[in-house]
Amino acid sequence: MKPPRFAYHDPRSLDEALALLAEHGDDGKALAGGQSLVPLLNFRLAQPEHLIDLNRIGALAGITRRAGRLHIGTMTRQSTLEHSALVRDGWPLLTEALTYVAHAQIRNRGTVGGSVAHADPAAELPVAFNALDARFRVASRRGERTVAAADFFVTHLTTALEADEALVEIEVPPTPAGTGHAFTEYARRHGDFALGGAAALVTVDESGTCTRAALALLAAGPTPARAPEAERALVGAGVDAQAATEAAARATAEIHPTGDIHGSGEYRRDLVEVMVRRAIELANERAVSTREAGRSANGASGG
Amino acid sequence: MERAVADDERRRVEVEINGESYSADVETRLLLSDFIRHEAGLTGTHVGCEHGVCGACTVQLDGEPVRSCLLFAVQAHGRSLRTVEGMTDGLADGELHPLQQAFHEKHGLQCGFCTPGFLMSLEPLLLDERELSDREIREALAGNLCRCTGYQNIVEAVKLARERVREPAETPPSP
Ligand SMILES: Cc1cc2nc3c(=O)[nH]c(=O)nc-3n(C[C@H](O)[C@H](O)[C@H](O)COP(=O)(O)OP(=O)(O)OC[C@H]3O[C@@H](n4cnc5c(N)ncnc54)[C@H](O)[C@@H]3O)c2cc1C
Ligand code: FES
Ligand code: FES
Repeated sequence: MKPPRFAYHDPRSLDEALALLAEHGDDGKALAGGQSLVPLLNFRLAQPEHLIDLNRIGALAGITRRAGRLHIGTMTRQSTLEHSALVRDGWPLLTEALTYVAHAQIRNRGTVGGSVAHADPAAELPVAFNALDARFRVASRRGERTVAAADFFVTHLTTALEADEALVEIEVPPTPAGTGHAFTEYARRHGDFALGGAAALVTVDESGTCTRAALALLAAGPTPARAPEAERALVGAGVDAQAATEAAARATAEIHPTGDIHGSGEYRRDLVEVMVRRAIELANERAVSTREAGRSANGASGG
Repeated sequence: MERAVADDERRRVEVEINGESYSADVETRLLLSDFIRHEAGLTGTHVGCEHGVCGACTVQLDGEPVRSCLLFAVQAHGRSLRTVEGMTDGLADGELHPLQQAFHEKHGLQCGFCTPGFLMSLEPLLLDERELSDREIREALAGNLCRCTGYQNIVEAVKLARERVREPAETPPSP
């Protein structure tokens, strides 16, 4: 349970880090919070010759809002995101998702970008970012590019990042007025990776009609996939129990989670379906109550 | 034969632990938990799983509880750590930190293997001004495993220590 030998680099700037990533290519690996990578090293499941530690690059951490959009530096600790009032007010789906991520000691060290780059299909943040239509800003010596969530997650533990690239920032657009959020999951023990779960965003108009929905599935396949057909099916009417049930069935009709000792593939599929239904119902409830709160606030100020 | 350690696989590390400075030339792959135990000789920090699951190795890095088995010693260079040994700094010989005293009185430990990790994880709760429900206390200790106590007495100990720290008793607790 001791890691293999490696050459250690602790660059002080992104430029320096990108130069090291370019130099070492497949023999190098970025080290963020280390909460996934160090266990892999301790088990010797990963044996990079060079570790490029991003922890001393202060510019890579931070949470800001610019032109309505949320910008999260890749090295922002998960606990910082969890406790950010800015995030809780504007993007509460992220705050709720984080309550399911590991334990406080791990969130104190684990980074937001590390979770995204690790791309575990049972990880909560990638699912929440996918539901929120987040975009990932990636840099290398060759230049910068921005990748949408749908293109970023390629398969189990694999992203669109090339060996010489680093994730730099995650950019999240605002959600429209009248949006409710929900993150649901089931795990054997609190803090364990989930057996199944879902993120939902439901937007309703003044009359309670659903105008927009986003659904992303947790631990349902090799990537944190969206469910576009089910999203479309929710739009155009109020979301009642039947609509939520039907959308959940549609969202999970084509998924094939793999089974393991904690549950068969079939069990997990059913579990995800229940989690999607509950997420839709809770998100809709919250959307409707923000509309109601808005109306009574308007009524009070008008009267 | 094993190959020699290359130059870029070694580093000089200087860390402050419980207010004292420790330094050593170490391999870059040395885990912080092993630095604390073998280089600094502070064996109060325990090692259970070495992959982040059990919490026995929890220490405070610049005041925040973290897993010392998931950090390399080189990453702590120039930073300040607190381990379980630091809890009795400045106290009279034999006197315990309020959280340790509460663990003792409430039977929050049996074999004691997990205890240093629990203490490091839970100490920040004593400074938390908010009212905390049992559920919140349980969430705070969910990242530490204990095979002996069943956790209930640990929750009781946290509550007792918080009461005492927030409203200091007039008379010291009887032994
Ligand atoms: C006991 C335990 C329980 C956990 N439970 C959960 C859980 O329930 N849910 C959950 O989501 N996670 C869980 N985690 C994982 C945790 O959230 C990790 O922190 C996270 O997955 C990885 O983030 P990190 O910053 O620690 O990254 P690292 O471990 O440092 O890196 C992970 C991978 O991403 C790469 N990488 C990191 N940053 C970049 C970057 N900027 N550019 C390019 N590549 C990069 C690294 O090279 C590495 O391959 C758990 C971890 C532990 C130890
Ligand atoms: S030894 Fe570090 S968490 Fe178990
Ligand atoms: S007291 Fe024995 S493991 Fe906790």
